[in-house]
Amino acid sequence: MLHFALARLTSLGLSLVVASVVIFFALEVVPGDPAAYMLGMNASPETVAALRTELGLDAGPVERYFTWATGLLTGDFGISYTYRTPVAEMIGERIKVSLPLALYALALSTLIAFPVGIWAATHRGKAQDMGVMAATQLGIAVPNFWFAMLLVLVFAIGLRWFSAGGFPGWDAGFFEGMKALTLPAIALALPQASILARVMRSALLDTMGEDFIRTARAKGLSRRQALWRHALRNALIPVLTIIGLQFSFLLAGAIIIENVFFLPGLGRLVFQAISQRDLIVVESVVMLLVVAVIVVTFCVDLAYAAVDPRLRRRG
Amino acid sequence: MSLLRIRDLDVSIHGKPVLDRVSLELAPGHVLGIIGESGSGKSMTALSIMDLLPDGSGMSGSIELDGNDLTGLSERQMCDIRGRDIGMIFQEPMTALNPLRTIGDQVAETVRIHGGAGRGEAARIAGDMLERVGLPREKFPPTRYPHELSGGQRQRVVIAMAIALQPRLLIADEPTTALDVTTQAGILRLLRRLVLEDGMGLILITHDLAVVSGNADHLAIMRQGQVVEAGPSDKVMRALRHPYTRALFEASSHQPDRTAGHVGTPLLEARNMVRDYVTPRKGLFGAHGTFRAVRDVSFSISHGESLGLVGESGCGKSTLTRAILGLEPLQGGSVHVDGHPVEAGQKMPKDLRAKMQVVFQDPYGSFNPRHRVGRLVTEPFHLLDNPPKGAERKAAIDTALTDVGLHPDDADRYIHEFSGGQRQRIAIARALIIRPQLIILDEAVSALDVSIRAQILDLLADLSGRYGLSYLFITHDLTVVQAITDRVMVMQAGEIVETGRTEEVFANPQHEYTRTLLAAAPVLEMSA
Repeated sequence: MLHFALARLTSLGLSLVVASVVIFFALEVVPGDPAAYMLGMNASPETVAALRTELGLDAGPVERYFTWATGLLTGDFGISYTYRTPVAEMIGERIKVSLPLALYALALSTLIAFPVGIWAATHRGKAQDMGVMAATQLGIAVPNFWFAMLLVLVFAIGLRWFSAGGFPGWDAGFFEGMKALTLPAIALALPQASILARVMRSALLDTMGEDFIRTARAKGLSRRQALWRHALRNALIPVLTIIGLQFSFLLAGAIIIENVFFLPGLGRLVFQAISQRDLIVVESVVMLLVVAVIVVTFCVDLAYAAVDPRLRRRG
Repeated sequence: MSLLRIRDLDVSIHGKPVLDRVSLELAPGHVLGIIGESGSGKSMTALSIMDLLPDGSGMSGSIELDGNDLTGLSERQMCDIRGRDIGMIFQEPMTALNPLRTIGDQVAETVRIHGGAGRGEAARIAGDMLERVGLPREKFPPTRYPHELSGGQRQRVVIAMAIALQPRLLIADEPTTALDVTTQAGILRLLRRLVLEDGMGLILITHDLAVVSGNADHLAIMRQGQVVEAGPSDKVMRALRHPYTRALFEASSHQPDRTAGHVGTPLLEARNMVRDYVTPRKGLFGAHGTFRAVRDVSFSISHGESLGLVGESGCGKSTLTRAILGLEPLQGGSVHVDGHPVEAGQKMPKDLRAKMQVVFQDPYGSFNPRHRVGRLVTEPFHLLDNPPKGAERKAAIDTALTDVGLHPDDADRYIHEFSGGQRQRIAIARALIIRPQLIILDEAVSALDVSIRAQILDLLADLSGRYGLSYLFITHDLTVVQAITDRVMVMQAGEIVETGRTEEVFANPQHEYTRTLLAAAPVLEMSA
């Protein structure tokens, strides 16, 4: 198991190096000079050149990559071209919203999907199963922003249980913060839960067709007992894969939901930075998301090994 | 009084009848052999007893265990009976165990599910049971996972699960079909011992007459959902009253009519072949190890000769085959076909590849299900510089299909429309269509029923006579080798330990391992 973890850790480190190189140089290719953009159309070439020197943009790309990469390691993400504030501070502010939102949505999605998926699988082919399949189909098809607006209409404007948007900050108290994130989390979770429930159901049904389930039934286990004791853990591998993918998506993919609910999250930050040519912010946020994806993948790999003894020996 | 009595059992699945008035009887301490070819209903009979028939099945008739009718019981009552009164063993030990739970845990579950004991006591019983089936604690601790065991060892775990509560009836559905002959002999010995010690009744289901011939007290021969003949083994075997029984027995020991291969000039020559595999690193920074799968193997096949290669799983047969076909690189030695060297990778010239064709065990898996038979059999044409077109191509397909006993019209059908034996004929037609000189048959008849196997062996003998083909027969089935090869090689742990004329090797084996193999192979005792 240790061997497995170390081997995975090595590949994790390598992936990060490769990702940072790709991100940095890909953004180098993007047209548009941040200095010229910041100073506007009428700035003289001398002023632009001076600003470029000040921002460190006149150094060679390789040199700037190493400055940026070593900065990342020490927590120094550089200074935003647009706002002239440290990028680390800006990301820090936003991640306080985005990370809890992603975790909240993921928890909701898993809590909904597991029982629903198992319930559908145990009632295969019956009305319950068909109902779940129809509902999840709808959950996948309906865009989450539309669903978000529906939630606002009913729970914020109609029932007045929640506010329609905005985030009071964690200083207002944990409960207030979570309350503000509840509607966005539900809007994000429902499509994900629909996907996950379907994956759970089909993975369980596949496993229920395996030979070892027949063996378990021959021992005297009922269909339900065989499902809980033998099929469930075997069905987890595909489910874990989907959960890993969903977390990465939720962290970065909430731009629209953040806009609907006026949440100061990472998605809106990166959106603004792109439109303002604030490349250093874009680079840092994208790098952060890559780190998150790679770390999540690493955790999913470890979870595989915890579930499946056959994987523990492999490097 | 009989332990199990089945009366007029009718079973249908989605309205299609699969069992027709099946009646069987078994006394405690006895072994009932149920024999039949695929689709004869023997497994369905077993699943009916367990009430584990697939969804959409209907059943009528009676199944009595110790005088109690099982057919009227609820699912909950059947759960109590399964595992406690009736144990069952299945064909495929590699997939019959849950890969995520330890073997001790899975055996203990049988005990615990029936409330026989608490956690600790169940674990102790499980350990004892594993010991009883030949998996001693010191070598096979109950904390092992299934993937750490071989097929035969896994089958022993399945048996331990089935007998943990000493059921009165044990059903073994093709328990040794997926196993090597020496492993098969061990499992059959174990089952016989358990019947003797516990006095339970055993139903031994198999397609292999030789497996039941020395092991069963009673026999039932099934065909198309009916029991065509039943009675004490010696009587059934002696009388062969029913024509189907007779046909089955004849097919089992069928010797195709073939003239011994005239030994021509060498076609394939292998010299000192060595194939190493790189094994995973030992530790994070350790060096890679190597595993030598083929060790210094030399042999030759002459034009028109049929050579057998026998050995148990993992002995290197498949690696050797792949190396001959140029699909794996060699670390030493050489292979020549008709004087031209065979090298792995793209370097192999097309005309050389066209000289060798291969037929695999699973015909269905080696065909693209979306292509028609006509296109499937012409696949090897890409090896020809000038493949036939139009009417010429059609004529080639017709000949290939007719040669293997099919109709030219079959070219327009899809592969799923054919039976297993017909599919194997199509695979042979595909190999034959470019007139190769050597056909490698990798367990090509292992999955077939005995009567179909006899037909395919006849076909191969006939084709070899007509076209002067050479065969390399790779198989674990000694009867096949005996039936159709001129010479045989015995492979063990990557080495050829014995080679010689087939009848001489079978009559007078020289190597210890060959003797073990021959002794382990079940023999069909023909009393007639």
